[in-house]
Amino acid sequence: MNQPVETQATKDAAQKARNGRNIALGLGLVAFVVMVFVVTLVRLGANVAHPHV
Amino acid sequence: MSKTLAMTSETAQSDTTQTASWKDYFQLMKPRVMSLVVFTGLTGLLAARAPIHPVLGAIAVLCIAVGAGASGALNMWYDADIDQQMRRTRGRPVPAGKVKGEEAASLGVVLSILSVMFLGFAINWFAAALLAFTIVFYAVVYTMWLKRWTAQNIVIGGLAGALPPAIGWAAATGSAPLNAWLMVAIIFFWTPPHFWALSLYVTTDYAKAGVPMLPVVKGAKETRKQILLYSLVLIPICLTPVLTGLGGPIYLAVAALGGAVFLILAWRVFTSKAGDASDPRVADRALYDVTEDEKAAGSKAARNLFAFSILYLFAMFAALLGEAVSGVHALELLK
Repeated sequence: MNQPVETQATKDAAQKARNGRNIALGLGLVAFVVMVFVVTLVRLGANVAHPHV
Repeated sequence: MSKTLAMTSETAQSDTTQTASWKDYFQLMKPRVMSLVVFTGLTGLLAARAPIHPVLGAIAVLCIAVGAGASGALNMWYDADIDQQMRRTRGRPVPAGKVKGEEAASLGVVLSILSVMFLGFAINWFAAALLAFTIVFYAVVYTMWLKRWTAQNIVIGGLAGALPPAIGWAAATGSAPLNAWLMVAIIFFWTPPHFWALSLYVTTDYAKAGVPMLPVVKGAKETRKQILLYSLVLIPICLTPVLTGLGGPIYLAVAALGGAVFLILAWRVFTSKAGDASDPRVADRALYDVTEDEKAAGSKAARNLFAFSILYLFAMFAALLGEAVSGVHALELLK
């Protein structure tokens, strides 16, 4: 009975917020992949330059 | 005061009627605390004066920041019941009903694991272990145990906030020598006078929420005495880095002059009546937005110390950072 009334405006706001969250999550995942890639390059590069015997 | 996990979950789930934006999830990570952690962690990393690839240095600081944010999210999940009762914190995403408690907890756990594992794989496992210890200490030892149990909560719990320079140092060198722990000690002994100065003028909120802050449990007079005592311990510790090869002449000037001001302000708090006339009208006011009558009650002295303590810590770490970056030689007066 006490459920909030869902108007078109609240639906739109919810959709907008969901889109924003999805974009933020997507950017976060891309950033993570890029970081793993860059760290791999840096560490591999260091190991090639100074190989552990 | 104690509580069960079930109660937390129940509290956190109530009134979740609004739609959270990404900013609400970011707020869970306490961005202000994260910015301080980035600053002190970066200072530790650079003050070590060890060669580290800039990308790896940036990754290390990012991991420290994310780890701090993760423990902040766990804190917001567990403390939702307390936060709901205090004016300063009731707008946080969980008590405001924007984010569910379980979501905050999940975010905290996932980011904790990610930050520790990434720091370990990318940098070294000693730094990762220190970060893991920091997160567990803040989220479990401080948040779930100390905060609701003892008036010494922020003294012991302050260790979590003090550790980032040692993590930064460990990231750069793979070890944490005396100078790294000196930076930890500075933040550790700075925390009690800083937070107790704040608690002297928001006592009513802590009492209402059942948090045993020192003024609530032992009274304002004892708190003012403890502030002075901790300040007397803090200032000599702040001067120690010039004896051990950590701080240079700029740091010495900042630590000595700032320390003198800190002691004067702590003495003023000690001789004031700050906290005695705890006025609910003052608690949620901006730092200097108080009337003459309220100033007379002594809250101005506590507010001055609180504000200056932030500046003092910032200035000391900025001096260490500046000296490390610009290559100013550290003093080593003990040699």
